Amino acid sequence: MLTLDQATYDAIVAHAKRDHPDEACGIVAGPEGSDRPERYVEMVNAAGSPTFYEFDSTDLFQLYKEMDANGEEPVVVYHSHTATEAYPSRTDIGLASEPNAHYVLVSTREHGNNEGPVEFRSYRIVDGEVTEEEVTVVPELSAR
Amino acid sequence: MAIEVRIPTILRTYTGGEKAVTADGASLSALIDDLEAGHPGIKDRLIDNGDLRRFVNVYINDEDVRFIGGLEATLKDGDQVVVLPAVAGGAV
Repeated sequence: MLTLDQATYDAIVAHAKRDHPDEACGIVAGPEGSDRPERYVEMVNAAGSPTFYEFDSTDLFQLYKEMDANGEEPVVVYHSHTATEAYPSRTDIGLASEPNAHYVLVSTREHGNNEGPVEFRSYRIVDGEVTEEEVTVVPELSAR
Repeated sequence: MAIEVRIPTILRTYTGGEKAVTADGASLSALIDDLEAGHPGIKDRLIDNGDLRRFVNVYINDEDVRFIGGLEATLKDGDQVVVLPAVAGGAV
Protein backbone atom coordinates (compact mmCIF):
# COMPACT_ATOMS: atom_id res chain seq x y z
CA MET A 1 0.00 0.00 0.00
CA LEU A 2 1.12 3.53 -0.72
CA THR A 3 0.36 6.17 1.89
CA LEU A 4 0.73 9.73 0.67
CA ASP A 5 -0.04 13.05 2.30
CA GLN A 6 -2.64 15.27 0.65
CA ALA A 7 -0.18 18.05 -0.30
CA THR A 8 2.09 15.62 -2.18
CA TYR A 9 -0.89 13.99 -3.89
CA ASP A 10 -2.15 17.42 -4.97
CA ALA A 11 1.30 18.44 -6.22
CA ILE A 12 1.61 15.34 -8.42
CA VAL A 13 -1.88 15.89 -9.88
CA ALA A 14 -1.20 19.60 -10.49
CA HIS A 15 2.08 18.79 -12.23
CA ALA A 16 0.41 16.21 -14.48
CA LYS A 17 -2.35 18.67 -15.41
CA ARG A 18 0.08 21.51 -16.03
CA ASP A 19 2.31 19.49 -18.38
CA HIS A 20 -0.55 17.83 -20.26
CA PRO A 21 -0.48 16.88 -23.18
CA ASP A 22 3.17 16.01 -22.47
CA GLU A 23 3.96 13.44 -19.82
CA ALA A 24 5.00 14.83 -16.44
CA CYS A 25 7.46 13.02 -14.18
CA GLY A 26 9.17 13.23 -10.82
CA ILE A 27 9.84 11.45 -7.57
CA VAL A 28 9.04 11.64 -3.90
CA ALA A 29 12.11 10.87 -1.84
CA GLY A 30 12.17 9.56 1.69
CA PRO A 31 14.62 8.17 4.23
CA GLU A 32 16.11 4.89 3.02
CA GLY A 33 14.05 1.91 4.11
CA SER A 34 11.33 4.09 5.67
CA ASP A 35 8.72 3.79 2.91
CA ARG A 36 7.81 7.41 3.73
CA PRO A 37 7.36 9.70 0.72
CA GLU A 38 8.44 12.95 2.34
CA ARG A 39 10.23 15.14 -0.19
CA TYR A 40 8.46 15.93 -3.45
CA VAL A 41 10.80 16.55 -6.39
CA GLU A 42 9.38 17.61 -9.72
CA MET A 43 11.59 16.66 -12.66
CA VAL A 44 11.76 17.99 -16.21
CA ASN A 45 10.69 15.52 -18.85
CA ALA A 46 13.76 15.73 -21.08
CA ALA A 47 11.85 13.86 -23.79
CA GLY A 48 9.16 16.60 -23.82
CA SER A 49 6.75 14.09 -25.31
CA PRO A 50 3.10 13.04 -24.98
CA THR A 51 4.13 9.37 -25.07
CA PHE A 52 7.51 9.22 -23.36
CA TYR A 53 9.33 10.58 -20.34
CA GLU A 54 12.93 10.55 -19.29
CA PHE A 55 14.77 12.44 -16.56
CA ASP A 56 17.60 14.52 -18.00
CA SER A 57 20.84 12.64 -17.29
CA THR A 58 22.50 15.56 -15.50
CA ASP A 59 19.39 16.25 -13.39
CA LEU A 60 19.22 12.54 -12.59
CA PHE A 61 22.80 12.56 -11.38
CA GLN A 62 22.23 15.63 -9.18
CA LEU A 63 19.07 14.11 -7.75
CA TYR A 64 20.75 10.83 -6.80
CA LYS A 65 23.74 12.66 -5.37
CA GLU A 66 21.40 14.72 -3.22
CA MET A 67 19.44 11.68 -2.08
CA ASP A 68 22.67 9.86 -1.30
CA ALA A 69 23.89 12.77 0.83
CA ASN A 70 20.53 12.86 2.67
CA GLY A 71 20.33 9.08 3.15
CA GLU A 72 17.23 9.03 0.97
CA GLU A 73 15.87 6.83 -1.78
CA PRO A 74 13.10 7.32 -4.32
CA VAL A 75 10.01 6.12 -2.45
CA VAL A 76 7.68 7.15 -5.27
CA VAL A 77 8.50 7.48 -8.97
CA TYR A 78 5.60 9.13 -10.75
CA HIS A 79 4.67 9.98 -14.31
CA SER A 80 1.55 10.72 -16.29
CA HIS A 81 -0.12 9.12 -19.26
CA THR A 82 -1.99 11.74 -21.21
CA ALA A 83 -4.11 9.71 -23.63
CA THR A 84 -4.21 6.25 -22.08
CA GLU A 85 -5.09 4.65 -18.77
CA ALA A 86 -2.97 4.93 -15.64
CA TYR A 87 -1.48 1.49 -16.07
CA PRO A 88 2.21 0.70 -16.71
CA SER A 89 2.96 0.24 -20.42
CA ARG A 90 5.42 -2.35 -21.68
CA THR A 91 8.01 0.44 -21.83
CA ASP A 92 7.28 1.41 -18.23
CA ILE A 93 7.70 -2.18 -17.12
CA GLY A 94 10.85 -2.77 -19.17
CA LEU A 95 12.55 0.35 -17.83
CA ALA A 96 11.44 0.18 -14.20
CA SER A 97 14.67 -0.01 -12.25
CA GLU A 98 13.76 0.87 -8.68
CA PRO A 99 12.50 -2.35 -7.12
CA ASN A 100 11.79 -0.57 -3.82
CA ALA A 101 9.75 2.27 -5.31
CA HIS A 102 6.04 2.76 -5.68
CA TYR A 103 5.39 3.55 -9.34
CA VAL A 104 2.58 6.10 -9.46
CA LEU A 105 0.71 6.67 -12.70
CA VAL A 106 -1.68 9.53 -13.26
CA SER A 107 -3.88 9.69 -16.33
CA THR A 108 -4.95 13.11 -17.53
CA ARG A 109 -6.79 11.74 -20.56
CA GLU A 110 -10.19 12.80 -19.29
CA HIS A 111 -9.78 16.46 -18.32
CA GLY A 112 -6.36 17.42 -19.67
CA ASN A 113 -5.23 20.78 -18.28
CA ASN A 114 -8.62 21.45 -16.73
CA GLU A 115 -10.15 20.88 -13.34
CA GLY A 116 -11.63 17.48 -12.75
CA PRO A 117 -10.69 14.12 -11.37
CA VAL A 118 -7.73 12.11 -12.63
CA GLU A 119 -6.96 8.42 -12.47
CA PHE A 120 -4.26 8.04 -9.77
CA ARG A 121 -2.90 4.52 -9.30
CA SER A 122 0.17 2.92 -7.79
CA TYR A 123 2.15 -0.20 -8.60
CA ARG A 124 5.16 -2.23 -7.63
CA ILE A 125 7.21 -3.24 -10.65
CA VAL A 126 9.79 -5.91 -9.85
CA ASP A 127 11.50 -8.13 -12.45
CA GLY A 128 8.85 -7.29 -15.03
CA GLU A 129 6.04 -8.20 -12.64
CA VAL A 130 3.38 -5.52 -12.01
CA THR A 131 1.37 -5.52 -8.80
CA GLU A 132 -1.22 -2.82 -8.25
CA GLU A 133 -1.59 -1.54 -4.71
CA GLU A 134 -4.02 0.58 -2.77
CA VAL A 135 -3.37 4.32 -2.45
CA THR A 136 -4.29 5.99 0.82
CA VAL A 137 -4.19 9.77 1.02
CA VAL A 138 -3.88 11.17 4.54
CA PRO A 139 -3.96 14.81 5.69
CA GLU A 140 -0.36 14.45 6.93
CA LEU A 141 2.07 11.56 7.28
CA SER A 142 2.13 10.27 10.85
CA ALA A 143 5.02 11.40 13.03
CA ARG A 144 8.15 9.29 12.71
CA MET B 1 44.89 1.82 -9.89
CA ALA B 2 41.68 1.87 -7.88
CA ILE B 3 38.48 3.36 -9.15
CA GLU B 4 35.35 3.42 -7.05
CA VAL B 5 32.24 2.34 -8.91
CA ARG B 6 28.86 3.16 -7.39
CA ILE B 7 26.32 0.47 -8.13
CA PRO B 8 22.56 1.18 -8.36
CA THR B 9 20.07 -0.87 -6.32
CA ILE B 10 18.95 -2.93 -9.29
CA LEU B 11 22.49 -4.16 -10.04
CA ARG B 12 23.49 -4.95 -6.48
CA THR B 13 22.52 -8.57 -7.02
CA TYR B 14 25.83 -8.76 -8.90
CA THR B 15 27.87 -7.18 -6.12
CA GLY B 16 26.55 -9.14 -3.16
CA GLY B 17 24.49 -6.13 -2.10
CA GLU B 18 27.45 -3.74 -2.10
CA LYS B 19 26.65 -0.12 -3.01
CA ALA B 20 30.16 0.50 -4.26
CA VAL B 21 32.98 -1.69 -5.49
CA THR B 22 36.47 -0.95 -6.77
CA ALA B 23 37.78 -1.89 -10.17
CA ASP B 24 40.66 -1.08 -12.50
CA GLY B 25 40.91 0.16 -16.03
CA ALA B 26 42.45 2.94 -18.08
CA SER B 27 39.21 3.38 -20.01
CA LEU B 28 35.56 2.83 -19.18
CA SER B 29 35.56 -0.18 -21.47
CA ALA B 30 38.50 -1.75 -19.60
CA LEU B 31 36.90 -0.90 -16.28
CA ILE B 32 33.70 -2.70 -17.25
CA ASP B 33 35.71 -5.78 -18.29
CA ASP B 34 37.42 -5.73 -14.91
CA LEU B 35 34.05 -5.36 -13.17
CA GLU B 36 32.77 -8.35 -15.12
CA ALA B 37 35.73 -10.44 -13.96
CA GLY B 38 34.79 -9.84 -10.34
CA HIS B 39 31.01 -9.69 -10.80
CA PRO B 40 30.03 -11.99 -13.66
CA GLY B 41 26.89 -10.93 -15.52
CA ILE B 42 27.13 -7.22 -14.79
CA LYS B 43 28.64 -6.32 -18.18
CA ASP B 44 25.59 -7.51 -20.05
CA ARG B 45 23.46 -5.12 -17.99
CA LEU B 46 25.63 -2.18 -19.03
CA ILE B 47 26.57 -2.98 -22.60
CA ASP B 48 24.56 -4.11 -25.56
CA ASN B 49 26.08 -4.78 -29.00
CA GLY B 50 29.38 -3.20 -28.01
CA ASP B 51 27.89 0.06 -26.81
CA LEU B 52 26.53 1.42 -23.56
CA ARG B 53 22.87 0.53 -23.17
CA ARG B 54 20.57 3.38 -24.12
CA PHE B 55 18.89 3.48 -20.71
CA VAL B 56 21.96 3.13 -18.54
CA ASN B 57 23.79 6.29 -17.54
CA VAL B 58 27.42 6.20 -16.48
CA TYR B 59 29.18 9.20 -14.98
CA ILE B 60 32.87 9.80 -14.40
CA ASN B 61 33.45 12.44 -11.73
CA ASP B 62 29.96 13.93 -12.23
CA GLU B 63 30.11 13.92 -16.04
CA ASP B 64 27.87 11.81 -18.23
CA VAL B 65 30.32 9.64 -20.20
CA ARG B 66 28.29 10.18 -23.38
CA PHE B 67 29.80 13.68 -23.47
CA ILE B 68 33.38 12.53 -22.81
CA GLY B 69 33.98 9.64 -25.16
CA GLY B 70 31.56 6.94 -24.04
CA LEU B 71 33.28 3.59 -23.54
CA GLU B 72 36.57 5.16 -24.66
CA ALA B 73 36.45 7.75 -21.84
CA THR B 74 39.74 7.62 -19.94
CA LEU B 75 40.12 6.91 -16.25
CA LYS B 76 42.81 7.56 -13.71
CA ASP B 77 43.50 6.52 -10.17
CA GLY B 78 41.01 8.04 -7.75
CA ASP B 79 38.27 8.71 -10.29
CA GLN B 80 34.74 7.95 -9.24
CA VAL B 81 32.34 6.17 -11.56
CA VAL B 82 28.60 6.21 -10.93
CA VAL B 83 26.13 3.94 -12.71
CA LEU B 84 22.48 5.03 -12.75
CA PRO B 85 19.69 3.46 -14.73
CA ALA B 86 17.64 6.04 -16.61
CA VAL B 87 14.33 6.96 -15.03
CA ALA B 88 12.18 6.72 -18.11
CA GLY B 89 9.08 5.18 -19.59
CA GLY B 90 5.92 6.29 -21.24
CA ALA B 91 2.58 5.36 -22.66
CA VAL B 92 3.85 3.72 -25.82
